[in-house]
Amino acid sequence: MTAVSAVTTDAGAAPGPAATDAAIVRLDGVTYSAGGRTILKQLSLEVPRGSVTAIMGPSGTGKTTLLRLMTGQLQPHAGRVVVAGEDLARLSRDGLYSLRKRMGMLFQNGALLTDLTVFENVAYPLREHTDLTEELLRTVVLTKLQAVGLRGAAGLMPAELSGGMARRVALARAIVMDPELLVYDEPFAGLDPIALGMVLRLIRRLNDALGLTSIVVSHDVQEIAQLADYAYVLNAGTIAARGTPAELAADPEPAVRQFMAGLEEGPVSFHYPAPDLATELLGAGRP
Amino acid sequence: MSLYRNLRERALDVTAKAGDFALFTGRLLAAMPATLARPSLVSAQIYNAGALSLVIIMLAGLFVGMVLGLTGYDILQRYGSEEALGSVSAIALIKELGPVVTALLFAGRAGTSMTSEIGLMKATDQLSALEMMAVDPVRRVCAPRFLGGMISMPLLAAIFSMIGIYGAQLVGVHLMRVDAGQFWSELQAAMESRYVREGLLKSCAFGVACSAIAVHEGFRAVPTAEGVSRATTRTVVNSSVAVLILDYMLTALLL
Ligand SMILES: Nc1ncnc2c1ncn2[C@@H]1O[C@H](COP(=O)(O)OP(=O)(O)OP(=O)(O)O)[C@@H](O)[C@H]1O
Ligand SMILES: [Mg+2]
Repeated sequence: MTAVSAVTTDAGAAPGPAATDAAIVRLDGVTYSAGGRTILKQLSLEVPRGSVTAIMGPSGTGKTTLLRLMTGQLQPHAGRVVVAGEDLARLSRDGLYSLRKRMGMLFQNGALLTDLTVFENVAYPLREHTDLTEELLRTVVLTKLQAVGLRGAAGLMPAELSGGMARRVALARAIVMDPELLVYDEPFAGLDPIALGMVLRLIRRLNDALGLTSIVVSHDVQEIAQLADYAYVLNAGTIAARGTPAELAADPEPAVRQFMAGLEEGPVSFHYPAPDLATELLGAGRP
Repeated sequence: MSLYRNLRERALDVTAKAGDFALFTGRLLAAMPATLARPSLVSAQIYNAGALSLVIIMLAGLFVGMVLGLTGYDILQRYGSEEALGSVSAIALIKELGPVVTALLFAGRAGTSMTSEIGLMKATDQLSALEMMAVDPVRRVCAPRFLGGMISMPLLAAIFSMIGIYGAQLVGVHLMRVDAGQFWSELQAAMESRYVREGLLKSCAFGVACSAIAVHEGFRAVPTAEGVSRATTRTVVNSSVAVLILDYMLTALLL
């Protein structure tokens, strides 16, 4: 167990091109389709080790899908996903599981095990994968719950938590094994300003103190600007822009500008692909 | 032409599903040693599948036995052999009715709860979360439920038959005035260990089939409210059909 003693690494520093594998996650020409629609097209990206990398983009562009590809929950139809030097497609189930022990993921809705208390939920990975004494386990779990401000809720069942609380518990569970790579799916959605500030600082602090790598999916431009070292903007299944938050804010590309400034008018459609409204309402669109 | 294509697609679909079911059952069986090493998980599922089904099983057993008592008496007394009531109802219960009716009730009571529970865990990303914590959901979630159902079924069937005999005795002896001594001595004389063995074998087979179907439907459910409800319905339908077909095959084999 790594203690929470802070040894500040040079996280956040731009990844040097000298290192042979500076990227902990690398996607090469990944294509994924579901339900007859191509969700990601020929997408390539890399996540530098030790950084906080954000993936932004409008709702429904495939951000969650992208995270599921990175963690081996889905397999791409073309292209390669390499995590910590391992090609996910070549790993056996056991290989994938031992890689996942070094990853943590925060699900969009928390995904707590509903038949266990908050304490047992956070303790779950430890009970499965370590043989800590009950006393030590209690210390670790309560420390993590304290970090998300929910030590007092240790005895509650997930059904007794609000959505935001459930996600903070899920965050405690994601970090309990001290992973190398932490993947957050929309960590800020549904949090009040106080909890949001806390989660924001927690992500940064974890990243710097433990020297891990964080991938944060979000569409909250303000929060990402504060938090991320590096960001990708995803649109229509491809990378529309990449760079530091400051670079992205100054990006002249219309789609990126529209997203960063939150404008309705622009190349990014707010609407899911559909026939023209007038045509459809007048009945002409019907077969 | 399109009829042919439909049939062909349907046949391919059924074959693929059957193959998936077989592979999944293989994974469940492969997980058995690891599951046996975690008895607390299994005992919780024996409680869910077995203990919580007790009331309905006992109630059904009592009434099935009482109906057997009435009908059996009515027919047997025409031939003046109403004292055979004990043996007739006991053999019918232990060989046939106990295992079959228990399995059908089990599919409705315990099978549906297994399917909907696993399906809902899938719909709320709990199975994905387990995957991400490097815990195989087949081992942690499916296998204990499968084993719990497998162990519960023969126990429930035995309880069903026992209560059924009591019910037949209640009607035969107390209502229809069959002599109690004759009822029990006929029962004892006619009962053979092969009947018990046949009943036990059947209920074990039904336990494997019903639990595997329930767990598989939940695990493969489309992760939405509608998908889970469809999967639950399929559990009842498929388990019932499987039980009746297996019953015929086992009866023919053991005759
Ligand atoms: N199993 C599936 N079958 C069909 N379409 C799917 C499936 N899964 C995802 N999609 C589609 O893929 C697209 C991307 O989904 P995804 O959940 O990755 O979006 P997202 O970027 O995470 O959105 P949000 O910000 O709202 O969470 C959506 O348009 C969705 O309709
Ligand atoms: Mg999403």
